[in-house]
Amino acid sequence: MSARAGRHLWVAQRVTAMFLGVAVLVHLVTIMVAVRGGLTATEILARTQGATLWFAFYAAFALAAGLHGAIGLRNIAMEWLGWRGRGFDFAWLGIGVVTALFGVRAAWGLYVS
Amino acid sequence: METVPKGENAQTSLKVRVWRGDAAGGEFREYAVPARENQTVLDVVTQIQREIEPDLAYRFACRVGMCGSCAMEVNGRARWTCRTHVKRVAAPGEALEIRPLANLPVIRDLATDMAPFFDKWARAGGTFQPKDAPDGAVPAEFSVVPPESKQRREADAGIECIGCGVCYASCDIVAWNPDYLGPAAMNRAWTLVNDVRDGARRERLEAVSGDAGCHSCHSTQSCTERCPKNLDPSSAIAGLKRTLFWDSLWGRLR
Ligand code: HEM
Ligand code: SF4
Ligand code: SF4
Ligand code: FES
Repeated sequence: MSARAGRHLWVAQRVTAMFLGVAVLVHLVTIMVAVRGGLTATEILARTQGATLWFAFYAAFALAAGLHGAIGLRNIAMEWLGWRGRGFDFAWLGIGVVTALFGVRAAWGLYVS
Repeated sequence: METVPKGENAQTSLKVRVWRGDAAGGEFREYAVPARENQTVLDVVTQIQREIEPDLAYRFACRVGMCGSCAMEVNGRARWTCRTHVKRVAAPGEALEIRPLANLPVIRDLATDMAPFFDKWARAGGTFQPKDAPDGAVPAEFSVVPPESKQRREADAGIECIGCGVCYASCDIVAWNPDYLGPAAMNRAWTLVNDVRDGARRERLEAVSGDAGCHSCHSTQSCTERCPKNLDPSSAIAGLKRTLFWDSLWGRLR
């Protein structure tokens, strides 16, 4: 990995971290509001179905978490396990995208179902 | 009244375990030297070499904390041995254990090969590149650098590095990633990034980027804690990260 790509990964991780910081707060507040008076599937769906803003928020949340986590775990694996090189980088990219897609699919489910 | 010989307590001796060997491996050997009221670790090593083991290899030059050549691992920590008093690192009756500096290839006994350390200084862009004199010519005018300017003060904070390698030997990332430039090289780079007379800012920032550079530092500050000159390479590296972050976001560096 080039020095430039490494720098961009680092920047991406910090920027996603900043977004995650805000997103977690929003998420927590939503949870606190949602559980008041009991938590039901109908209530959740009433909020999320067709709500493009909520979908955008959860999709961005999932993407940021997937990329952030994969970049961070890549660093740790490089240091602790010596997993360095192109093959591993692609594997981490795959892991990041797959974890993000799980989240996006879940958000999509709440949006369209 | 009992009298003790001046400058020395003849009854007590200091136990010293010294690592002997070379690149292929080695082991500790035990020696005893007279325990003195005032002696540095370097004095002890010199005593052993002069009186007991003439072929003991070690390195020193100035003996006053200026040249940076005498660093070793003493009781588990990298230190400059010429300015480290035995009584500061070993309680009375406790043994000394002296090993070659960590994270560097051993040449023989206590002498390590500093080449990788200084190669990384070069790789991190450690050479001043005069802005007004690309061919190394002397510029016609002297630059005016106000001593109180923020950049000058940032540069001043790291300028007294003696290249001893103590920080390099104390950094876990160096141990985990042989390509990692290490604290001293990046501390040097940060002084030059803040030198308004320097013209190689961009190249230098590129050189300290990425997995072998500042982005692998975890700000654990072992370097800062151990630096005998009380420099703060950890903050210098944080400065590089900060600069690179904004330069990347605003597209000053692609
Ligand atoms: C949810 C909100 C989150 C926030 C605000 C956040 C924030 C941060 C920050 C600021 C760092 C940098 C630490 C440093 O400078 O050493 C970091 C590193 C890291 N994060 Fe997160 N994070 C979040 C979620 C996650 C998640 C979901 C994962 C999933 C695996 C994760 C995995 C990591 C890892 C492995 C590192 C270490 C990177 C390294 O040491 O180089 N984080 N995080
Ligand atoms: S702060 Fe960075 S350079 Fe200094 S010892 Fe820790 S990881 Fe190494
Ligand atoms: S920064 Fe400090 S510990 Fe590191 S080489 Fe320079 S003087 Fe030695
Ligand atoms: S001998 Fe010069 S710094 Fe110790």
